[in-house]
Amino acid sequence: MQRLSLVVAGTFLCLLMLAAIGQAHAKLTIEVTGGAEGAQPIAIVPFGDVDGARPGVDVANVISADLTRSGRFRAMARREMLATPSRQEDVDFREWQLLGMNNLLIGEIRPAEGGGYDLSWRLFDVFSGDQLAARSLRSTERGLRHAAHRIADQVYETLTGERGVFATRLAYVTSRDRSVDSRVILRVSDSDGYNPQTIVDSAEPILSPAWSPDGKRLAYVSFENRQPSIYIQELATGRRQRVASYEGINGSPAFSPDGRRLAMTLSKDGSPDIYLMDLASGNLTQLTDHYAIDTEPAWSPDGRHLVFTSDRGGRPQIYRVAASGGPAERVTYEGEYNAAASYSPDGQYLVMVTRVGGRFRIALTDAQGGSRRLLSNGALDESPSFAPNGSMVIYASENNGRGVLSVTPIAGGAGQRLSQEVGEVREPAWSPFPR
Amino acid sequence: MSIRWQLSLSVLVLALTGCATPPPPPTAAPSADELDAMGSRPAPGIEATRERSPLDDPASPLYRKVVYFEYDAARIQPQYAGLLRAHADYIYNTPGAEVTLEGHSDERGTREYNLALGDRRSDAVKRFLMAEGVPEERIRTLSYGEERPADPGRTERAWSENRRVELVY
Repeated sequence: MQRLSLVVAGTFLCLLMLAAIGQAHAKLTIEVTGGAEGAQPIAIVPFGDVDGARPGVDVANVISADLTRSGRFRAMARREMLATPSRQEDVDFREWQLLGMNNLLIGEIRPAEGGGYDLSWRLFDVFSGDQLAARSLRSTERGLRHAAHRIADQVYETLTGERGVFATRLAYVTSRDRSVDSRVILRVSDSDGYNPQTIVDSAEPILSPAWSPDGKRLAYVSFENRQPSIYIQELATGRRQRVASYEGINGSPAFSPDGRRLAMTLSKDGSPDIYLMDLASGNLTQLTDHYAIDTEPAWSPDGRHLVFTSDRGGRPQIYRVAASGGPAERVTYEGEYNAAASYSPDGQYLVMVTRVGGRFRIALTDAQGGSRRLLSNGALDESPSFAPNGSMVIYASENNGRGVLSVTPIAGGAGQRLSQEVGEVREPAWSPFPR
Repeated sequence: MSIRWQLSLSVLVLALTGCATPPPPPTAAPSADELDAMGSRPAPGIEATRERSPLDDPASPLYRKVVYFEYDAARIQPQYAGLLRAHADYIYNTPGAEVTLEGHSDERGTREYNLALGDRRSDAVKRFLMAEGVPEERIRTLSYGEERPADPGRTERAWSENRRVELVY
């Protein structure tokens, strides 16, 4: 009996280890690409553990990694710190001035009543000694990384004036390689690649993940039914619904900004056209009707228009149509191939895939399709998606023949490359801000 | 140029070239391995008969089950007319024969546009078969876009092998 339980325990341990290895491979690794000139020096001191707190996460470390990854900050290495104060009265600002720091973040963690932790932090200007911001928040043990990302967001916003996106998430598709027999997995992870969560694991292709505006659901296209069908899945419960499985293609899902409708491409009536589905009733409204390809709908942030890709002029270009219907007007004229456009969160810009000299690159234009600027220089770049603060675009690209994700700031500066230790990553979609 | 117009133009071209002429070999022929793999698929409805199906007979024009396309185009190229006509005759004359037309694209360009392009390609083949008399209910179309490349390589050669419609019985 004892031996049996040992065997059972051993098997269980093996499975646990395998799962752990699987998770380690599944995690996205992020490297900062390009120079980070002008990055501001900041000291993020290890948070003080008070009243016997023993948090499983090094909160200051997560904040440092977040701020450094943005390319806007350079977090001081811990070993270079002369002191590690966690209370304001222990801070000697002259010391941090001598170390060349602009800003200083200190904090404390203490056990909360009823479990979890209370975190408090203060951000200082090292030269004036002024306190720039101070907050406290409560977190569960499991939520500590998320709490750290929220602190990083607040520090980032205090110092740059721009809302941070560290506490957001990424959806993406991975596979071992590009072969037909490779399993395809739709995942969601934190913006720093941690906590990868499998949403669907399939032997058939999966593409086009799209977030609901509340960040609680994902729509995506899966071939598991031996046909491209659109599913909507609730992330917290895993509960899902197949919302479109008509004859032909069912693709390009895009939630309306109010979350009530889903734009999609269907070819049930012959050629691929854009349809709007009312999610409460399931009723469909056909938005475009053309014998050419109409696909890749994306909503304007005010929900009044959609842009889409059409080859009605002979080659794929971006068109715009009112959400209430009517004629479509052409938006892009520059270049012979423009596709997969989407709006920036403020509605001022469009990001899209464009072909330049036989290479597929990411381009930014104004909402009218003018003032084009190239954001990437790969050969097969695709699937651009804005960060919810509009400051960066994530897209799929190639690095040494392998599918990776790239993040590039609109204003220029250091970018990021996200890759898996093993396998391909593609089809990124940046979540909305957490609510 | 619209797909419909392109198709009718290609039908016209075919009519002019005549049915008796044997179809010229495709510009980008699939490899022997690929052909073997395709030929080994059993054809439902034909299995019961002991004799070898012409679909599996390398000497039959029905052995070839793939048509290829030009870049970003869904127009059926004239050299595939003979092949498609042979399949149309086979389906028309074989009780219970049904075909799934799987449309594919190469990996260049966006995935959803390519899904739509694969759909246009399979639809073009479907219309060709219907114009040859095959009833619509015997034809199913399915687009895989760029998700199921015949050759995962990144060469012009690989891309030309991937821009295709496979006839799956």
